[in-house]
Amino acid sequence: MSSSGVPPIAPRELGLDERFGRLEIGFWLLAVAAFFALPGYLVLASQVLIAGLFALSLDLILGYAGIVSLGHAAFFGVGAYVAGLLSVRGHGEALSGLLAAAAAAGAVGFCTSFLIVGGHGLTRLMVTLAVGLSLHEAANQASSITGGSDGLSGMETSDLFGLFAFDMLGKTAYLYVLAVCFASFLLVRRAVHSPFGLSLRGIRENERRMHAIGAPVRRRLIEVYTLAAALAGVAGALSAQTTEFVGIEALGFDRSAGALVMLVLGGAGRAYGAFVGSCLFMLLQTIFADIHPAYWQFWMGCAVMLIAFFARGGILGYASAVFERLAIVRRGRAAPRPGT
Amino acid sequence: MASFFGIVFDGVAYGSLLFLISIGLSVTMGLMNIVNLAHGAFAMFGGYLSVWLGARGVPFLATLPVCFVALGLAGAACERLFYQRLRRRSQLDQVLFTIGFTFAAVAAATFVWGPAEQRVDLPAALRGQVQLFGVGLGAYRLFLIALVAVLSAGLVALVEKTTFGARVRAAVDDEHVSAGLGIPVERVFCLTFAFGSGLAGLGGALCIDVLGLEPTFALKYLVYFLLVVSVGGAGSLAGTAVASIVLGLFDVAGKYYVPEVGAFIIYGLMIVLLLVFPAGLYGRRT
Repeated sequence: MSSSGVPPIAPRELGLDERFGRLEIGFWLLAVAAFFALPGYLVLASQVLIAGLFALSLDLILGYAGIVSLGHAAFFGVGAYVAGLLSVRGHGEALSGLLAAAAAAGAVGFCTSFLIVGGHGLTRLMVTLAVGLSLHEAANQASSITGGSDGLSGMETSDLFGLFAFDMLGKTAYLYVLAVCFASFLLVRRAVHSPFGLSLRGIRENERRMHAIGAPVRRRLIEVYTLAAALAGVAGALSAQTTEFVGIEALGFDRSAGALVMLVLGGAGRAYGAFVGSCLFMLLQTIFADIHPAYWQFWMGCAVMLIAFFARGGILGYASAVFERLAIVRRGRAAPRPGT
Repeated sequence: MASFFGIVFDGVAYGSLLFLISIGLSVTMGLMNIVNLAHGAFAMFGGYLSVWLGARGVPFLATLPVCFVALGLAGAACERLFYQRLRRRSQLDQVLFTIGFTFAAVAAATFVWGPAEQRVDLPAALRGQVQLFGVGLGAYRLFLIALVAVLSAGLVALVEKTTFGARVRAAVDDEHVSAGLGIPVERVFCLTFAFGSGLAGLGGALCIDVLGLEPTFALKYLVYFLLVVSVGGAGSLAGTAVASIVLGLFDVAGKYYVPEVGAFIIYGLMIVLLLVFPAGLYGRRT
């Protein structure tokens, strides 16, 4: 107990504890195990991971910095088109394509971030929407470059490191996607556990107070927006390289909204929520959309309404609440406090 | 020159439609501070109701008041059930709930009416063209402009002259002080929301012939309604009117003169306007 009477805050509570927990290790082992256990579903599994990475990039700005975005697909699309165009023009090398996509999407994110930090509330929401829509429209109009609504085809991703060919079953693709996702995840994890991440959470909770204590709010928001855009670009590039196709939907509103739904389904501001949400979302989509496309959309809409009303933290939020309850019960049994 | 007048005329007609639908959204956002992405769905259901009644032999003009009343009642029910609770929630919750609502509504419409575009039978008097000052103008568009002009006059009178209007204005300015003065703020909210939804339903029925009606209507045109509100300034009658007409004119003129730029003009205009007027043209709050 410190002299001021305020108990010292554990690094864990500040979010600075960086050790990997057992559950976290289990999660990534599960992703590796999927490679061996589900050889027939690797293409779908790659898409789940890519969607998860995209939702994770949205989590940076939504879950940590508190910016609600309806146009995050803009960056996914920029990344996808950059990687796709490079490949169509004969540069099919995967990793450099990935970096180029990240740089391009990051640059677009940096430029548009000035529009985002300028507004608040509805204005901010509308600017994200307008940026997404105008890029979609731009790609639609510039059909000589992007292929317009037909999409960009004729891509050929060359062998990874010149050694591993991208096969029909998607084995190489899955491992490639998994490795990139893991690396990106480590980056995000490092960022949100750093003082940088803490100041983002401060901005989310109370922007005015963060101004008052001298935090560079504007700069932090620009930084995180750029980082999130670059990551979304990586996700887009992965999608383009593994499917060897870029459709105009890469920039569409449905993708932005989908990422938002995945994120809150899994739990925003929890990093893993993005991946848990994308797993569940894509699984349910695959199952229900087979029955009737409208069917899926209807029940997804209802589920989102329920989440907005009742389950604020998504699945992970619910799970952690249950775990906390269990921990309290267990502690209570071990050492019953007098008077309670 | 004739084509220029034609474009202005079409732009104003389109703008009046936008105004009719957006006014409810503007008041909801300004008055209740709710980001209501489901507003397009209300308009869409208004349109489908009109088509459904039309298929059962009800004349088009007679379906209009039915759409207004039915969607108004539905709006009141939604306000009591959902929106009332959403008011104190975060923006994210509001966005999620209303976007989920829109998805479910689009799916339901696809399921019930199919994905095809719907048609409406206009009465003979509203078809074809009317010669005015030597220019041929679409009769239906002329009817639209006249109807919206009359409705707007009524709306202004309602807001400026009646006790109810005074209560709405007071509640927009400061909800808590209004409640303290004995204004039944909750009832004012509910009535206003119902009224706005009714207007959206009416607008949805009126725009079938101009914009077309299909299940994706709820999402496709939502952007335009949101645009009008954010540019005009949430909660402002005059701002919504000006923004609607400006956007209508720019959209029609842009598609006519520079079709290769397409919808780009509207989004670009919106970003510029939002940067210059972050609270909207007539916005009072930031």
